[in-house]
Amino acid sequence: MARHEAVIVGVADEPLTNGKTTRPGSPLQIQARCAKAALAEAGLDLSDVDGLFTAGMWGIPGVGQLPTVTLSEYLGIRPRLHDGTNIGGSAFEAHVAHAALAIEAGHCEVALITYGSAQRSEMSRNLAGRPATLTMQFETPWGLPTPVGGYALAAMRHMHEFGTRPEDLAEIAVAARAWAALNPAATRRDPLSVDDVLAAPRISTPLGLLDCCLVTDGGGAVVMTRADNVRKDAAKPIYVRGFGQAATHWTIAAMPDLARLMAAEMAGRRAMEMAGVSHDRIDLVEVYDSFTITTLMTLEALGFCERGEGGAFVGNGRIAPGGAFPLNTNGGGLSYAHPGMYGIFLLIEAVRQMRGEVEAERQVRNVRTALVHGTGGTLSSGATCILSVN
Amino acid sequence: MKPAPIVDPGTEPYWSGLKQKKLLLRHCRTCGKPHFYPREVCPHCHSLDLDWSEASGRGTIYSYTVAHRPAGPAYAEDVPYTIAVVELDEGPRLMSWIVGDKSGLAIGSGVRVRFEPLNEEFDLPVFELARDAS
Repeated sequence: MARHEAVIVGVADEPLTNGKTTRPGSPLQIQARCAKAALAEAGLDLSDVDGLFTAGMWGIPGVGQLPTVTLSEYLGIRPRLHDGTNIGGSAFEAHVAHAALAIEAGHCEVALITYGSAQRSEMSRNLAGRPATLTMQFETPWGLPTPVGGYALAAMRHMHEFGTRPEDLAEIAVAARAWAALNPAATRRDPLSVDDVLAAPRISTPLGLLDCCLVTDGGGAVVMTRADNVRKDAAKPIYVRGFGQAATHWTIAAMPDLARLMAAEMAGRRAMEMAGVSHDRIDLVEVYDSFTITTLMTLEALGFCERGEGGAFVGNGRIAPGGAFPLNTNGGGLSYAHPGMYGIFLLIEAVRQMRGEVEAERQVRNVRTALVHGTGGTLSSGATCILSVN
Repeated sequence: MKPAPIVDPGTEPYWSGLKQKKLLLRHCRTCGKPHFYPREVCPHCHSLDLDWSEASGRGTIYSYTVAHRPAGPAYAEDVPYTIAVVELDEGPRLMSWIVGDKSGLAIGSGVRVRFEPLNEEFDLPVFELARDAS
């Protein structure tokens, strides 16, 4: 493989207990810990970092947010490349793409991507919308529970067009929980049935509490460098072979088709074309599961099944442990953790699976190529990465 | 108190129109298509040559959800409430509430606009099911 290619050489996430960081910490503390741990895997340290990539829900109140500037000061580094791209929870897949471009063009040698949130400990989440300014003056006054209501509108339309059933969505939550049961680091590991999901309190019809991701703390970091810059003591490098991004709307009423995740269609197609892989070459899929409907629409949009057939596709244990289509193998945002933005955890799990270092019960055998897809906003943005072991 | 829109120069005619019981759409004089919410540039053809036109106030439910948990304390006493994306007969879609008798409500149901005060300053365009054959 080409020596200048970008590789992922370090990943880390913050240990959680009952959804809170095991050691209390601010978002900056959490990111510092994750950065140090991921760099240690790579045989590197903060002094080696010359590219910093972050997105977050934290920030110093006031006009504008300067997350990479704040974080670089905190970490005591002076990167020559800053990227605070924030397209929602998919931002971290975009960061991997941007880091790969920068590394391969020689604009940075060691890229550090971070995320940190203490939203659960701080009890800073509720369902209220954003201030009713700019485009939100046409959405916030209606009191749509946010963000779940936007996904509910999509789910309702998908059910109308394709006959998708609440039971189909429930299968996704059940499969995620079954993976989480095999993952000691996951937040919710107790057994879950389709009936449990259907009986849970409704939040915004047709979605109920167990169709929704968790609200937890969390943090993560990913370290990338050039293939010929990998230290001898580094973890097994994972190649970034393809990437793509797209966004179609922000206010949910502007989504071009509520039953079709066009951002994932566009991003996924671009990433797969760039990597030169077809669906049958992909051994592992990790997709953003903010809500059960997100998973279903993403699988359709990425082309793993036909549009409208997602409900049938996820049934019969296909995406559960032991099924033919291993998906979200850490338990996902639905059962592992969801600290506001989840995209970095898709990357971390894919890398660990590809290195073959997760617990035996949930280790997918012989993963050579993985597809990671983040969704951001309210089904707004998508970013895909194709990762390869060689 | 429910959040009120923070109006800007680009959206002021829309909110003023509602006070006069008119649902105004931005209308492109180049491609002929209306759009919602009002913008400075046509999102269809990117022309700057835009005007306003009054919508018929008729449309269909494109999708909806019933909120059983409120979007913050300001909506607590409204639970459960029905939020829809309405597709106007002119084409554009907008978010709104479905009010009044909701029996038989479904995606595809015909609706028509009604203007209801949010507070002393603002009216909102809400929709009720159109019970006639049209």
